[in-house]
Amino acid sequence: MNKFDPKQNYEKTKKAIGYVSRKEATQKDYDRIGFMSGLEVHQQILTKKKLFCHCPAGVFNKHDDYDAELIRHMRPTLSELGEYDGTALMEFRTRKEITYRINNKNACTYEIDDTPPFPMDREALENALEISLLCKFNIVGEVHITRKQYLDGSIPAGFQRTAILGVEGEIPLKNKKVKLIQLSIEEDSAREISDIGHKRVYKTDRLGMPLIETVTYPEMVNPDEVKEACDYIRFLNRSTDKVRTGQGAGRQDVNVSCKGGTRIEIKGVAHTKWIPELTHVESYRQWALLAIKKELNKRVSNPKNWKMNYEYLDFDMFNITYEPIKDAKDNGFKLIAINLPEFKGIMSHFTQPTKIFANEIADRLKVIACLEKPNMVHTEDFEPIITDIDLEIIAPMLGAGDNDAQIIIWGPEEDMQTALEVIEERCQMAFEGVPEETRKSFHDGSTIFERVLPGADRMYPDTDSAPIPLANEYIDKLAKRMPVEVVDRFAQLRKWKIPEDTFTYILKNNLVPLIEKIVKDLKINAKFIGTFLGHKLKYVEGHYTAGAEFNYNVIYDLFKFIKDEKLNLNIAEEILPMIYQHPRMQLTSVLEDVKFKKRTKDELIAPVGFLLEKFKVINKNKHEDAIINWVMGELRKQAIGNIDLKELRKTISKLKN
Amino acid sequence: MNADFFQGYKGEALKLLKKYNVRVWGQAEIDTTRGIFKGTILPRSENDDDLHIVVKVITGYNIGVDVTTINTMVETGYKKANYAIPEQEFPNTPGLPSVKLFGTGGTIASRLDYRTGAVIPAFSPGELYGAVPELADICNLDTEKVFAVFSENMGPDQYIALAKAIGKEIENGIDGIVIGHGTDTLHHTAAALTFMVQNSPIPIVLVGSQRSSDRPSSDAALNLMHAMNAAGNGDIAEVMVCMFGPTSDDYGLLHKGTRVRKMHSSYRSTFRTIGDTPLAMITRNSQTPIKKDYKPRRKDKNVDIKPFFSKKIGMLYFWPGMQPDSLDSMIDNGYEGIIIVGTGLGHVNKDLYPAIKRAKEKGVLLFMTLQTLWGYVHMFVYDTGRDLMAMGITPLGNMLPEVAWVKLGWVMGQTKDPVKVKEMMLTPVNDEITEREPYNGYIVLQGGVPEVENFIKDVRK
Repeated sequence: MNKFDPKQNYEKTKKAIGYVSRKEATQKDYDRIGFMSGLEVHQQILTKKKLFCHCPAGVFNKHDDYDAELIRHMRPTLSELGEYDGTALMEFRTRKEITYRINNKNACTYEIDDTPPFPMDREALENALEISLLCKFNIVGEVHITRKQYLDGSIPAGFQRTAILGVEGEIPLKNKKVKLIQLSIEEDSAREISDIGHKRVYKTDRLGMPLIETVTYPEMVNPDEVKEACDYIRFLNRSTDKVRTGQGAGRQDVNVSCKGGTRIEIKGVAHTKWIPELTHVESYRQWALLAIKKELNKRVSNPKNWKMNYEYLDFDMFNITYEPIKDAKDNGFKLIAINLPEFKGIMSHFTQPTKIFANEIADRLKVIACLEKPNMVHTEDFEPIITDIDLEIIAPMLGAGDNDAQIIIWGPEEDMQTALEVIEERCQMAFEGVPEETRKSFHDGSTIFERVLPGADRMYPDTDSAPIPLANEYIDKLAKRMPVEVVDRFAQLRKWKIPEDTFTYILKNNLVPLIEKIVKDLKINAKFIGTFLGHKLKYVEGHYTAGAEFNYNVIYDLFKFIKDEKLNLNIAEEILPMIYQHPRMQLTSVLEDVKFKKRTKDELIAPVGFLLEKFKVINKNKHEDAIINWVMGELRKQAIGNIDLKELRKTISKLKN
Repeated sequence: MNADFFQGYKGEALKLLKKYNVRVWGQAEIDTTRGIFKGTILPRSENDDDLHIVVKVITGYNIGVDVTTINTMVETGYKKANYAIPEQEFPNTPGLPSVKLFGTGGTIASRLDYRTGAVIPAFSPGELYGAVPELADICNLDTEKVFAVFSENMGPDQYIALAKAIGKEIENGIDGIVIGHGTDTLHHTAAALTFMVQNSPIPIVLVGSQRSSDRPSSDAALNLMHAMNAAGNGDIAEVMVCMFGPTSDDYGLLHKGTRVRKMHSSYRSTFRTIGDTPLAMITRNSQTPIKKDYKPRRKDKNVDIKPFFSKKIGMLYFWPGMQPDSLDSMIDNGYEGIIIVGTGLGHVNKDLYPAIKRAKEKGVLLFMTLQTLWGYVHMFVYDTGRDLMAMGITPLGNMLPEVAWVKLGWVMGQTKDPVKVKEMMLTPVNDEITEREPYNGYIVLQGGVPEVENFIKDVRK
């Protein structure tokens, strides 16, 4: 009998489902697997205070900088329609003890649910309404604050206060319009510090900051389109200048499904550039799970009767060389062997690049049973841990057959029951296809199980808050001060002939109004300014640290100064790093700092004759440009700010001949 | 159509719903000047305006639709929600103590009430077991809803009904009693039951919750477990309040019914023993005494139920510059006894003297308690105090103002004889006046910088 090779099986199954890398994938591939995706784009709103209390927003603290700590355990409760939510029940099974670290400078008794909410911050509401209008949403007549259950502890109350401002909007993409489901305003969650075993620790600085969530219909049909839609929504948010920027201020959940799959929510994607790979991989993971479903249903005629069986093992039965199991023995943990009938070849079935079905089980063991990884070994590990000798002991105990797969798990006794349930559940789900989950993303495009996907059953009216009416006159007033639409901004940039590779930077930072202002007031060419911002400023941002007072008005002041002083525009690039780091410095001192001296063209070209002669002495390079390049190099420093360099080169060239 | 179909709607909104035949719990499509809204029509809270219709959209959120923007609407389906806590029979485990839970209202177990938009109490043993299955590991439970009122509506009639119900249960041989109660006046009821149920052989534990049980972070479940443990397994046979010690989900504290007070409008750890230490720390499976002397559990079924109360008792919170008119009006309105809550060591201003004299003439009994809450009335220290005593005001030591009000009502429900009343007021039933105040009985910790700050940081609150 040929020995089963898991690695080979992985490659074989990867090929069988028709996996192609994103580079190779075409619309045809996505159509074949029925790629479908939608977005939930989160954006923090710029306000002085938090949404439901009077703590300052945007004041953060380090992990170990806190004034008090407290503990909560969450219990699931019924929704308004009398149902329990699946995620809530899952979280309850994890028996987590949640600790909150509170710093008095950014959190009060509201954040930890010891004080009822204060009325919603009007600044936040107004900014969010403005964005709702920009997205062409139907604005609600009355804002009803709803509680959305979160039992993971990310909100101490166990629910997030959230409210819908508009439904049924739309955004234009290059080739189509994408419909939007709704826009809600909500309080941001606490930031996780650690999650080990049954203990999870959060800090409460970000908790309660106002946030909007824009939700699209699942109308994107390939990974690039998802990114395009996400960028559009983010640019639109930024175009109001009323949102926060920087790390974590904007993040999105990406929903993906394939034909026959289910809606999977990839949570907290911080950069839009990660979206294409993540959605690509996820759509194929679902496609792979559907292949597993098909295979299993072929093998097992009545999946309802499928059951695993297990036996507790004695550590002394084996010659243990694997460190984690040695540690388990030292910790007094339990060791359990499990038989999965008919799962041979399933465990090592391809799911994502470098991942197999067994990972799906291990991920759930970590999250639900709180078993830290590595938490299991199995008979289809690429590097086998379970030896043939081990198997000879285990297989008879379990009554295992040739077509079965085996898992060994270890952990504290009190977690073993949950662990066994988790494994059986996940295997049973494999017969159904793709379980509804939220998944956590990684830079390489892979994802792992995070939670069971919550549904509408986790919503409950907030009995602590009164509804807020939005009168027609108020909405009309807001509608009158809308910024230009992003789609028009794209058109404007193209009209100005600004290079396309600058668009993301310009729109992300809402710089079109700045360009317009410089063009209008200072009569400087738009293409020059756009390129300057999208290339030079972007470079400086990436390589220097901005001074605390830096904002984009500093750029305007820079060009105004150049115009007033009648300098050449090429000095701007020279000065930029300096004023970026020290925005309050006088521009005249900056000029001294870069050793600028005002010179006329005649003064500048005066030494050219001498330099041409000198070059002949010191250098024998016969190349035509060499001499001009050298002279340019000698004069460049003095020339910048005084004369256009192309013009100088032409002059030198003339003098040479 | 029946009025029930339009729960809570009135005026303009009701007119429109009727016009288009759209019912509460009906699925509707509403065409407005702001676009189309689709979802389930929800009941509206009675106190909200008549200009909006509440709709639950498909994503589970609720929104309001402005009636002035509605062009037309149509009902496309109907599905009434069934909000019920899943009920399971509370299991009977031999060997566990039997506990009786009296329901009075409050937030221990609750569900949404569309009429007011608030939460209303609802429980049976089955519902409680469905919500807090851990209770079955602590005791065997029987429940009885004595009445369902919000805490602020509890009063003398309810105290009496409760005392009688407790007496009956003790006669029947129950091992412990828990009373679910709204928190606002929990300490008034605790004081009243201390006076009305004397010499109890078993623990009588009052419990509430500061966060309603319809929220995941509610303190209700843990408070219930603590209370059931105190009632079923605890050794302290007194009337006690059992609520969170720290605001964390950690341990509870048992407070003596006559020394406890709600001290924060919303904190979980709102109840504090004043002028003494709490009786004990309690978890779901342990009880650690803090005070060594208490009335221990007994095996007999003897108890003295004294269900009396006079309602003509008032309270007067003094303010600087107070004029005699408010006291005069209480006298004119037939109040038989008044608890004055005075400043400092037990003082009021001279302007009140004529009214105080008049009270004495009319036979209205006046007693002095303190706005400071902590400490004793000392009316010999200053002239004012001596004046007031000469005018017939009786100082009540370190009795808390609310406890004094409850006790005076209870005493005057039994006798109007001034001498007897004073004697009873000054004879403690269960530490409503204590002889000594321990140093750790004053726990306002602001005088402990930096030690207290460090303590708060290190010890989970």
